[in-house]
Amino acid sequence: MSKITDTREALMVGRRSDGSLVRRPLSPHLQVYDMMQVTSALSITHRITGTVWSVGMVFLVWWLVAAAAGEASFNGVQWFFGSFFGAIGLMALTAVAWFHTLAGLRHLYWDSGRGYDLPTTYLTGRAVLIGTAALTALTWLVMLISWI
Amino acid sequence: MAAPTIRTLRSPLGRVRGLGAGKGGTHHWWMQRVTSIALLPLTLWLVFSLATMPDSTWQEATAWIGRPLNAVLLLAFLAAAFHHTAAGLQVVIEDYMRGEMARLATLLAVKGLCVLLWLAATLAVLRIAV
Repeated sequence: MSKITDTREALMVGRRSDGSLVRRPLSPHLQVYDMMQVTSALSITHRITGTVWSVGMVFLVWWLVAAAAGEASFNGVQWFFGSFFGAIGLMALTAVAWFHTLAGLRHLYWDSGRGYDLPTTYLTGRAVLIGTAALTALTWLVMLISWI
Repeated sequence: MAAPTIRTLRSPLGRVRGLGAGKGGTHHWWMQRVTSIALLPLTLWLVFSLATMPDSTWQEATAWIGRPLNAVLLLAFLAAAFHHTAAGLQVVIEDYMRGEMARLATLLAVKGLCVLLWLAATLAVLRIAV
């Protein structure tokens, strides 16, 4: 028996009715779909925001470690977050965090076995988008009020 | 594409199963859900707490981190968040990276980095709080 080195091979190779081996066609791939639908666009955005959040975690670690290291290094971090690019980055990360949180909540709802029909999927998808905008605006409103 | 060469009467499913057990089973998937549930209240707390202290001085920030409740919640957030980050990045890497060795090396590097960052942040919180 020949050895399979790639597990995908085992699922792709099948037999015709005459017994000869055939490499089965792959299912239709990404390009056949309209990727800008609420369903698919939010799905990949959930992955992207999750990955981008890793950068946010690095920022948080930097902030904490600098605070532990002393006043000078902490002031350096605060200067960066207060700078133009730092503020833009934090603003983007806020939206990213809220999107991933709300889309994650939607996933937990799906995991319970509910909400798979199309109307509900569109409804929860729009709720995630509106919720992300609202929570992001609220976060920066809170920041602005505490700042003034 | 090369012609298929597998010469066996075993079914594809049987061959896949013959390659070994999944071992972890659903543990990875389940822990991702557990940490995500823990992160819901923790993220709300952390983001809005940080939003209320945009121009804090070093004294104010360390005083805030050092408060017992904040320190405990920070430590809990860091543990859950880095577990969740490592688990999530693992899925992304497994889905998109080809090549067994490159994938394994990237996975180990990402996991190691997550552990180191988690330890560094945890030590920082403990140093300020204790």
